[in-house]
Amino acid sequence: MLVFIFKRIIVLFLTMICLSFIVFTLVTIEPNLKKLALNQANMRMEEAAVQSWLEKHGYKRPLLVQYGEWLGNAVTGDFGYSTHFRKPVNEVIWPKVGHTGILMFWVLIITIPISLFIGVLSGMREGSKTDRTLSIFSIITTSVPQYVSGILFTIILSSWLGLFKGVAKAGNITFENFALPVLTIVVYDIGYIARMTRASMVEVMNAQYVRTARLKGMSFMSVVFKHALRNALIAPFTVIMLQFPWLLTGVVIVEKLFNYKGFGFLIVSASDQNDIDVTLACGVVAVVLVLTTQLISDIGYAFLNPRIRFS
Amino acid sequence: MTQETILEIDNLSVSFMTRLTDVPAVMDFSMSIHKGDAMGLVGESCCGKSTVALAIMKYLGGNGKIVGGTIKYRGRDMATMSEKELEKLRGSEIAMIYQEPMASLNPSMRISKQLMEVPMLHENVTKDEAWKRSVEMLEKVKLPDASRIMDSFPHQLSGGQQQRIVIAMALLSKPSLLLLDEPTTALDVTVEAGIIDLVKGLGEEIGTSMLFVSHNLGLIMETCNRITVMYSGETVETGEIQEVFRNMRHPYTKGLLRSIPLPGKNKYDSPLEAIQGQLPLPHERPTGCNFGPRCPYFEENICNKHEIKIKPIEKQSSHLSRCVKIDKIDWTEKNSKKSTKEKIISKTEVLKIENLSKEYDVAANAIFGGKKRGTIKANVNLNFEANTGETLAIVGESGCGKSTFAKILLGLEDATTGKVNFNKTNIGNIGVEQRAKETVASIQMIFQNPFDTLNPSHSVGSQILRTLEKVGDGETVEDRKKRMNELLDLVKLPSEFARRMPRQLSGGQKQRIGIARAFAGSPKVVVADEPVSALDVSVQAAVLELLIDIQEQFDTTMLFISHDLSVVRYVADRVVVMYLGKVAEAGTTEQIFSPPYHPYTEALLSAVPIADPDIEKREIVLEGSLPSPLNPPSGCVFNTRCPYMIPGKCDVHEPPNQDVTDGHKISCHIPREELAKKGSVFALKKE
Repeated sequence: MLVFIFKRIIVLFLTMICLSFIVFTLVTIEPNLKKLALNQANMRMEEAAVQSWLEKHGYKRPLLVQYGEWLGNAVTGDFGYSTHFRKPVNEVIWPKVGHTGILMFWVLIITIPISLFIGVLSGMREGSKTDRTLSIFSIITTSVPQYVSGILFTIILSSWLGLFKGVAKAGNITFENFALPVLTIVVYDIGYIARMTRASMVEVMNAQYVRTARLKGMSFMSVVFKHALRNALIAPFTVIMLQFPWLLTGVVIVEKLFNYKGFGFLIVSASDQNDIDVTLACGVVAVVLVLTTQLISDIGYAFLNPRIRFS
Repeated sequence: MTQETILEIDNLSVSFMTRLTDVPAVMDFSMSIHKGDAMGLVGESCCGKSTVALAIMKYLGGNGKIVGGTIKYRGRDMATMSEKELEKLRGSEIAMIYQEPMASLNPSMRISKQLMEVPMLHENVTKDEAWKRSVEMLEKVKLPDASRIMDSFPHQLSGGQQQRIVIAMALLSKPSLLLLDEPTTALDVTVEAGIIDLVKGLGEEIGTSMLFVSHNLGLIMETCNRITVMYSGETVETGEIQEVFRNMRHPYTKGLLRSIPLPGKNKYDSPLEAIQGQLPLPHERPTGCNFGPRCPYFEENICNKHEIKIKPIEKQSSHLSRCVKIDKIDWTEKNSKKSTKEKIISKTEVLKIENLSKEYDVAANAIFGGKKRGTIKANVNLNFEANTGETLAIVGESGCGKSTFAKILLGLEDATTGKVNFNKTNIGNIGVEQRAKETVASIQMIFQNPFDTLNPSHSVGSQILRTLEKVGDGETVEDRKKRMNELLDLVKLPSEFARRMPRQLSGGQKQRIGIARAFAGSPKVVVADEPVSALDVSVQAAVLELLIDIQEQFDTTMLFISHDLSVVRYVADRVVVMYLGKVAEAGTTEQIFSPPYHPYTEALLSAVPIADPDIEKREIVLEGSLPSPLNPPSGCVFNTRCPYMIPGKCDVHEPPNQDVTDGHKISCHIPREELAKKGSVFALKKE
């Protein structure tokens, strides 16, 4: 097991290096740098001035040298300087990651219990009225994209009913201004995870060992709790873990929509503003997040499923 | 009979509700089980026998419904029982054993917990008491090392062990009725023999009545005292087992028995008689006798006029039959068919296997990594040959290496050492892609499972055409189409089948297509890997006969891989018995099936249930399960399970190859004279 985790961490680092190199190559191509130079110094610069600006900032050196330098700094925790915020990247990115972290935390805290509950409830009696009602609910919620539901919620709950605020201020969270972004992500995710849980639960409830348990004389509910649940939760666990990267993309839209200045907002603005070091750092954070959740999901899967644990 | 009636089923009808219509699965089914009875319920797949078992449990799933009749347990109508009362009954009074033990156990729960649940639920005992009882029961079902097993997860046990757990679970509460739904179908023959032995013994010990559901007449014959034969949702014949077997009074029962290869039958002098046609779908059942369209005694206006009631064959008899022509059919009539086949005495060698070995390297742990742990010796030093036109059977339990050998022969695997000589050239190391077209066409295979081997999205015709193209038959498409029709004709299917999709075919028809494909290139050698084991008994016989006919026509060598010795005895000219990758015994069919036997062959023979009340057999039940091929036992590989093991000899030295008579080889330490003294496994009962 330890060997496995160790291997995965090495893979994590290799992926990070490859990915950051690709991003680095893309953001440092010549036309992009020229644009940056014009942006940074003076919009009406001569070609010669642009060249000297590039020379001065070290962009004329071979690509690998530049990348090596960036990597060397990044390893020591220095992600460079934000050209847009005019601050070191570290000062920019971590507070934003924190904001998004809070958002994600609340989303997951609400989503996971509700969606698992809905999934188990509808999957335990396939085809029943409860199942059909809940299934329709989950299909509707997952099929409405967040930019549509977000706007709908804003119009209905904020503009019309005036319950919440349509703009969320990062760093100063109140129930009023935080409820809408959370709700928008939660509604979408609940449907998705609930459907996965339902499918898995239906499969388990039709399994022969559930029949065995029932014919042992156990009551329906105790079969659900003692025999079905654990097996049914194996698949949704992986799905939930895979939700993290999904949440990240969702966060981009929702944060932009509600003007919540978190990580998603930062990615968008950094690429808008051609903020090279911030873009790179965001990429690294995203890769770390995705790969770590995958690792947790694999370990958790082995833990839940004895067939893998003992093979 | 004054015995207490445990279960009484009266005119039970069960239907499955679908959106379109209700599909009747069981119709008008009656049966009673007394204390100490063992009732056998026989029938082919889809005839409703499992539905009866589940109806007794009142567990028919979401869409199954009892639409008529009553089920009384100890005089109480189960329809009036509440869900609570049913739960009390299930698992304590009525317990069930299932077909697939692996699927019937919860994969993520330790055995201990699954077992202990039963007494804790029904008798409210403490955890310690439940543990104690579970361990005791494990010992009763002959699982040594109970505490280790209690701590295991199901996937860590073998199929036989899992089934013993399921049995233990069912018996923990000492039920008065035990339902067994094909409990051994998924298991190997020697394991099956052990399980049957156990069930019989424990049933008597605990005084449990049994309902034994199976498609295997032999098994029922050996375990039960009464029998009910079902066909298409109805009982067609029922009575005391000896009475039914000796005086069959329904054409279906008779047909069923005639289509299974009994000892003494072989392809040369008494061919199998298949039941023609196939089981009608529930909504296509004919009026009158359901078996009518397939019955050789069918008579217009008598059999299909109106519904036929089941009635005693004579007044006051407990032997009932659902046939209107009971008094008109000559039931003593013997098998009329005579074979025209002549024994093949061929000495032209097609295939010669020399010192063939195959080893696989296995990593200890595929997912979490780890060092290479060892090699699996799938085939060890195989030596045998096959001649033109003959059928060579390769026999053994699963895991004995028979399929690995087939793969090497077909070029799907490489031989590690040794040679596979086909027409005197070694092809053991030539993969199928590198083989010449003629070689590929000359060595073809018929697969075990016809349901999975046809591509579901192509028509049958195009799949045969594709094969013809691959083996290089025919210059133009027209040529190939002509050949395809000939092939369909060969397997006795009408040519319009070419346009059908695989899902429109029954299992037997699919296997016929499989045979047509294999014979497309007029092969010299055909490997038939359990070609009939996935088919119903009545269909089995027809496919087997067809296969033998075509083989004779093409003068093809057939390698018949099977674990079913009764089928092997019927089709094979020569037999190779394999155990753990090694040849245990080889010889002609007569040599193999008469003493002296290799101890393993003897056990295999004894394990096959026989549906003939006049034959008695010596019972040899092998202990334990097949050792892991990763570390095979030292000395003779069979020593861990052999009843005649000589300590200090068998577990140390490799057994010598004894030549018994012309071509008959036994690999055993016990001298052949002594092996011969043990006598035949089968004997006619003396009356």
